[in-house]
Amino acid sequence: MSFLEFLQTRSSDMVTLGLQHVAVVLVAVALATVLGVSLGIATYRTERPREIVLAVAGAFLTIPSFALLVLFIGPLGLGATNVVVALTMYGLLPVLRNTIIGLRGVDPAIVESAMGMGLDRRQRLLRIELPLAWPVIITGMQVSTLILVGGAAIGAVVLGPGYGELIFAGLFRVGTEVAINLVLAGVLGVVLVAVVFEVAFHALRRLTTSRGLR
Amino acid sequence: MADLEQATAATGPMAAWTPVRQRHRSAGGYLFMPVLLALACGAMYVYVSSRELDSIEARSLNAATLGTAVREHVQLTALSTVLVILVAVPLGIVLTRPFAARVRTPLVAVLNLAQAVPTIGILVLLAVSFLFLGFRAAIVGLVLYAIVPVLLNTMVGLEQVDRTVLEAGRGMGMSRAEVLRRIELPLSVPVMAAGVRTALVINVGSATLVTYINAGGLGDVIAAGLSTNRLSIQLVGAGLTAVLALLIDHLAGIAEDLLRPRGL
Repeated sequence: MSFLEFLQTRSSDMVTLGLQHVAVVLVAVALATVLGVSLGIATYRTERPREIVLAVAGAFLTIPSFALLVLFIGPLGLGATNVVVALTMYGLLPVLRNTIIGLRGVDPAIVESAMGMGLDRRQRLLRIELPLAWPVIITGMQVSTLILVGGAAIGAVVLGPGYGELIFAGLFRVGTEVAINLVLAGVLGVVLVAVVFEVAFHALRRLTTSRGLR
Repeated sequence: MADLEQATAATGPMAAWTPVRQRHRSAGGYLFMPVLLALACGAMYVYVSSRELDSIEARSLNAATLGTAVREHVQLTALSTVLVILVAVPLGIVLTRPFAARVRTPLVAVLNLAQAVPTIGILVLLAVSFLFLGFRAAIVGLVLYAIVPVLLNTMVGLEQVDRTVLEAGRGMGMSRAEVLRRIELPLSVPVMAAGVRTALVINVGSATLVTYINAGGLGDVIAAGLSTNRLSIQLVGAGLTAVLALLIDHLAGIAEDLLRPRGL
C-alpha cells in the first residue's frame, strides 16, 4: 500500500488524532501562559525572586520529558491529564522568560510619564507595560508551542492523545510494511500541527499587537 | 515594526533552549544544585532499600544494571554533543557571513519548523525505514535532532555581535578573516558555550528515548518500569534521568562561567 492510499484509508483517524494533538498543546500552552505571565508580573522588578522562578522553570525544561511524564504516573496516572501537566511545566520557561524580558525592556521614561499622568500601578501595568511587552511575550508563547508540539508526541508513552500514537504503533510493527506508513503519518502529522500553530500565531500577533507598535 | 524585530532578536528564535544564566553566583549558589541532587539520590536509595523487592524489581534495581544504564547514557550524550558542535558551530559561522544573507531569513523559518519534528519520530523513522537500530542509529538520530537548535543559537549569537565593533576592526585594516578570528569569534565564545550547554541538555533528554531502538541508556530502566508496571522502577529510572540531566546542565553552567572572556 502506498503512503497516499494509507492516508486515505486512515483519514478519519488522522483528523481525530490531529484534533487531539492540537487540543493537548493548546491547553498546555494556555496554562503555561497564564502561569508564566503571572509569575513574570510578580517577579520582574525584584532580582532574587526573579532568578529563583527562572531557575526553577529552567530545571523543568532540563528534566527530560520522558522522565517527567513517567514521574507523574504515580500521582496522575496515565492519559491526557498527565501529559497536560508535564507539557505545561515544559513550556513554562519561554513564556516566563519573555514576559520578564519584555516588561523589563519597557522604557522607564514611558512608565514615568504614565505615572505623571496619574495612572496607578495597576493601570500602568495593564495599559502601558503589558501592551508594550506583548510582542515579546507572544514570541515566548510561540517558542513554547513549537516545543510542546514535538513534546506531545512523546506523551504516547503514557497513553496520551495525539500523533505520537501512530509513531509508537509503527515502532511496535518494525519490519512490516505498514510500520513506515504509520511512523511517516505520525511525523508529518506533528509537522502539520506545528505549521498550523505558526500560521495561527502570525495572525494572533497581528491582531493583538497594539497599533502603534506594528 | 522596528521594536518588534528588536524584541525577537533579543530573545532569539530558539530562546527556549538558551540556558538560564545567573549573574552573580556565590559558592553557595554553585553548591545548592549538587546538594539537592545528592539528597534526591539519597531519598531514592532509602526508598529502594526499605522495600522488599520482587524478582522483576530486583532485575532492574541493582547497582550493575543502573551503573551500565548511566554509563551508556553519558556516552550517548557526550558523543552526540561533540558531533553536534563539530557540525553546527562551523555551519552557523558560514551561514552568518554576508554572502549567505539572502538565504538566512527563509532558512531560519524552515529550521524553526524543523524543530517541531519530534526526536522520537526521527529515531523511529530511522528504525522502521532502514532497520537502523542500536548505538550508531541512536547517535545519528540524536545529532540530527540537536543540530537545528544549536545552529540557530550560534547564528543568533554571532548576529548579536555589535556591527560597529566589526567595522572598527575593518577600519583598523584587518581583513574579513582577521575580523572573524580576532573579534567575532572571541566575542561569541559565550554564545558557543551556551550552544554546547544547549546541545548537552537536548541530548541528555533525547537519549532517554533511544531505548526504543535498542540503544540502551537510562531509558531502558524507565521503559522496563513501564512495561512491567512497577512504580518503583519507573520512579528510580525517571528520577536518575532527571538527576543526571540537571547535573550535566549544572556542570555545563559552571564551565560556561569559567569560559566567559574577561571584560564581558
